[in-house]
Amino acid sequence: MAEFLSLREAVAQNLFAGDTVAFEGFTHLIPHAAAHEAIRQGIGDLTLVRMTPDIVYDQMIGMGLARKVVFSYAGNPGVGLLRRMRDAIENSYPRAIETIEHSHAAMANAYEAGASGLPLAVFRGYKGADLPKVNPDIKSITCPFTGEELAAIPAHRPDVTFIHAQKASAKGDVLIEGIIGVQKEAALAAKRVVVTVEEVVPDFKGLHPNLCILPHWTVTAIAVVPGGAHPSYTHGYYQRDNAAYLEWDKISADRDLFSAWIKDNVLSVGPEVFAQRVEGLRS
Amino acid sequence: MTTFTPTEMMTIAAARALTSKDVCFVGIGAPSAACNVARLTHAPDITLIYESGTIGTAPDVLPLSIGDGELCETALCTVAVPEMFRYWLQGGRISIGFLGAAQLDRFGNINTTVIGDYAHPKVRLPGGGGAPEIATSCGEIYITLKQATRSMVEKIDFYTSFGHGDGGDHRQRLGIKTKGPTLLITDLAIWRPDPVTKEFTVVSLHPGATRQMVQETCGWPVKFSDNLEDTPPPTPLELSTLRDLHARTAAAHAGTRG
Repeated sequence: MAEFLSLREAVAQNLFAGDTVAFEGFTHLIPHAAAHEAIRQGIGDLTLVRMTPDIVYDQMIGMGLARKVVFSYAGNPGVGLLRRMRDAIENSYPRAIETIEHSHAAMANAYEAGASGLPLAVFRGYKGADLPKVNPDIKSITCPFTGEELAAIPAHRPDVTFIHAQKASAKGDVLIEGIIGVQKEAALAAKRVVVTVEEVVPDFKGLHPNLCILPHWTVTAIAVVPGGAHPSYTHGYYQRDNAAYLEWDKISADRDLFSAWIKDNVLSVGPEVFAQRVEGLRS
Repeated sequence: MTTFTPTEMMTIAAARALTSKDVCFVGIGAPSAACNVARLTHAPDITLIYESGTIGTAPDVLPLSIGDGELCETALCTVAVPEMFRYWLQGGRISIGFLGAAQLDRFGNINTTVIGDYAHPKVRLPGGGGAPEIATSCGEIYITLKQATRSMVEKIDFYTSFGHGDGGDHRQRLGIKTKGPTLLITDLAIWRPDPVTKEFTVVSLHPGATRQMVQETCGWPVKFSDNLEDTPPPTPLELSTLRDLHARTAAAHAGTRG
């Protein structure tokens, strides 16, 4: 049953050292504010799951909070590489991380399998590719009806999934619009679900009947954090801060610059700064 | 004659390969520019799909990422990512997959994962994203990249996406039913696979490009078609469409709007 909490409480009560956690969002609706709160609380030894780890995992990895990363595209979308993650993989800085690498299709299927209560995902994938040689989680299964060999990987079952969404109703139902990515699947696959939202409205009456909604009884905690996806965007509220993604390429390239940025922009501030950050980006 | 850059020629030559009938899975970068130039010139009814779930999108500016809001706002519809990969890609609904590459070999195998050893890479690249299944589930694959000996290599370090493997019928032997790479467009030439060996062969040279230039920027001994053609230079409409698109994109991405 969804409980409205401050972001600090929502993170402290739901994310624990050693957890497997997904902070999902597909370019859109990335829960930056929640990840920054996890960094402030210094919750470490995490297994981070995400299709596109993006700059928010770059920050968590750069702060040494990740033990393992399960992913399918370790890039700063449209810009280039994730330089803190690379530093961890190539130079074990600030610590070595284990990586479990998949394709997007595999990750999406694994979340869907998790949400479906299945132990594995089955799909037509990885044919001729080298990932099965370096990822022991990729196996194959033979269709009992046709004999076709298909890829099989374990379902994702995060301890906790964090997502950002447009709205919650007063009751705690959550509405997600626009590019909805894998958020519904990642939420329903997890044991606990924490959602940051732009705003709370009385109810969702009169809206389109086929909207993407997580009922309140599937959500553990909700924190209202306007601008909480920045520099990602929230469809209908503010645009993507592309300049910030370009800027991250420079910040993340240098260990000292990175540390200084985290101190000034994460450790020394609270979730309320996100509202100011999107002021100039509102449509 | 209007002057143009080799990269502009590459993008425009790639755009010409697309038609209004195509349903195209679009990668970011040069593929995205080419697909949208096609849409804005000779192929207005092309269906562009980005892996963020946007179907039939018509962006006014090129997206910086595959999930920019512009893609969703201009799309016919937007579906969840698991649905995109299961129903639309794996379901066989997409005719052309358009990919770029960090490393490419003569059989159209692509590496975007690591340079060097996987466990101890010299350079850790972003990885495959959607590409491993795009490469095997789309009807056929078009590839664009700028020629350089470090990207067009004798042997790729990692098979991120399978092309024609060792050539010949390697795809069929793995049970892959789609055609795989059928077209490679670089900044110097248009290449097509040999019908039997599947090795990429130069079939057309772009204006100003020579056989020597193609060979010097390619890491394997290049085969040229007996009927080598000249790629027609960009038309004023193609060039202005591409440049306008880039100008709108640069203005939109320069910083904070509003």
